[in-house]
Amino acid sequence: MIRFRLFKDKTARLSMLGITILSLGFLLLIGIGLFYMSLPILREKETWKLLTSSNWKPFKGEFGFLPYIISTLHVTFIAIVIALPFSLLTSIYLTEYASEKIRNFFAPIIDLLSGIPPVIYGVWGTLTIVPFISEDIAPHFVEFSSGYSVLAGGIVLSVMITPLLISIFSEVFGSIPKEMREASLSLGATKWQTVKQIVLRKSLPGIVAAIALAVSRAFGETIAVLMVCGNIPIIPSSIFDACYPLPALIANNYGEMLSIPSYESALMMAAFLLFIIIVIFNASSRLILNRIERRYHV
Amino acid sequence: MKTDNLEQVETISENSIIDIMTHSDIINPHIRVEGLNLNIGENHILKDVNLSIPSKKITCIIGPSGCGKTTLLRSFNRMHDDSPNVKITGKIFVDDENIYDEKAQVISIRKKMGLLAQRPCPLPMSILDNITYGPRIHGAWNRRKLYATAKHYLTEVGLWDEVKERLRSSPGHLSIGQQQRLCLARGLAVEPEIILGDEATSALDPISTKKIEELFVTLKKDYTIVLVTHTLRQAKRIADYIAFMYMGKLIEFGTTDQIFNHPQKQLTKDYISGYFS
Repeated sequence: MIRFRLFKDKTARLSMLGITILSLGFLLLIGIGLFYMSLPILREKETWKLLTSSNWKPFKGEFGFLPYIISTLHVTFIAIVIALPFSLLTSIYLTEYASEKIRNFFAPIIDLLSGIPPVIYGVWGTLTIVPFISEDIAPHFVEFSSGYSVLAGGIVLSVMITPLLISIFSEVFGSIPKEMREASLSLGATKWQTVKQIVLRKSLPGIVAAIALAVSRAFGETIAVLMVCGNIPIIPSSIFDACYPLPALIANNYGEMLSIPSYESALMMAAFLLFIIIVIFNASSRLILNRIERRYHV
Repeated sequence: MKTDNLEQVETISENSIIDIMTHSDIINPHIRVEGLNLNIGENHILKDVNLSIPSKKITCIIGPSGCGKTTLLRSFNRMHDDSPNVKITGKIFVDDENIYDEKAQVISIRKKMGLLAQRPCPLPMSILDNITYGPRIHGAWNRRKLYATAKHYLTEVGLWDEVKERLRSSPGHLSIGQQQRLCLARGLAVEPEIILGDEATSALDPISTKKIEELFVTLKKDYTIVLVTHTLRQAKRIADYIAFMYMGKLIEFGTTDQIFNHPQKQLTKDYISGYFS
């Protein structure tokens, strides 16, 4: 009887280990698969050239990924710059200042925001943000902008990742023990001092992790960005220029014009690049996390 | 027969001396609670508490779990301010200033009191920054002075020699007893007049407990100390005065000798002798 129980225990442990390893294998398989699919173009052209050239003329067999890479980074960067202060302040208010009533009122609304399908954000961006940029913002800075731009993509994306950030931030702030806040308050600190010096400090690793997650999501967000960013493969010279992020490139072209030589392989390489960007980003945020934990004693 | 009589005479005279002492301490109390009632939602937690806490003495608040002793202690530095549903009526005077007055500044009230929690709670910063946190939030910035402050208070709690090599490292590596002394030093660094301890030794091992208790006894020459404690023996060891609470009411207040040896109320007698806890 005991042996049977031990056997069950062992089986449970091993099967769960197996399933856990499976998810790692999945990641590796995707990486290897994408690499394999992009091999033809990597063999045909110099890798460095592919990454640094900005000529994208599939008919002539020229594939330069630089505009796509830059666009992806630009749009994501703008999105996080806009979303971060909004979501930080909102979640500080909700967890530290708001009464339970207000909190309970806002929490489901924010969850709902993250449940809205991306295509709706895309439509919203096309109908409001794009004309707003082209008519009201851009004229102050540049001669002409259609509105379909890096900025439009960034704004739409920021609205999409804000709910995600708010809910993770609130979770992170909520996990800080009440005793720690009381320790600070009992020394005569104001609430704001406590938030700034204790809550935010203690949450720093969590904040970085949340940003990493949101940025990873932003890198890959396709449809909403595609609808507002103009989709022209140039290196944007200002935030009012059109751009063409990697996911949009893949979504717009995959399945069409695959008769062009190396085209499919080029698109696969775009996917592989996106994959690499996200892996590098996550790895570096992990490094930053470790440093923060050592440096700030949290 | 004769010896019995003699003993009786002695006790009576002792008592009357204590009465006089008590009286002189109570004339100038540091904290004076008048008609304090506290409700959390529907629950009446503190019921018409009247209490005078003598200056520069150790006063222990004892009583069974849930009698409201921690709630009472926390109302001394207005820690209930941020809790929803808490309703407080009555007055608490600290240095003759009603801290529940509309004009009272909660920050300056809290600065007057160091609170030592049940479990030590180091702030997420280095040992040095933990001590200087209080002075810094009140506007001190001179690094050399802050360092001197830290050294002074760490020495006062007997921690300096143990941590001077690693002032800039995390307090997380300290033992829990050391952490509690760190928290005490942190509280002292804002130059309070009163130390509040909320079962400050209940999470500690006996040796650390002893150290903290000895610190309290040394510190009472400069500070008024109010401790909530679960252990009667601790109260017996270090308290000058004892307040016994039961079901939200203050049952009896007196010197340690009065409460332990001549309790006036039956409830106190039963609690002291361990009929309930």
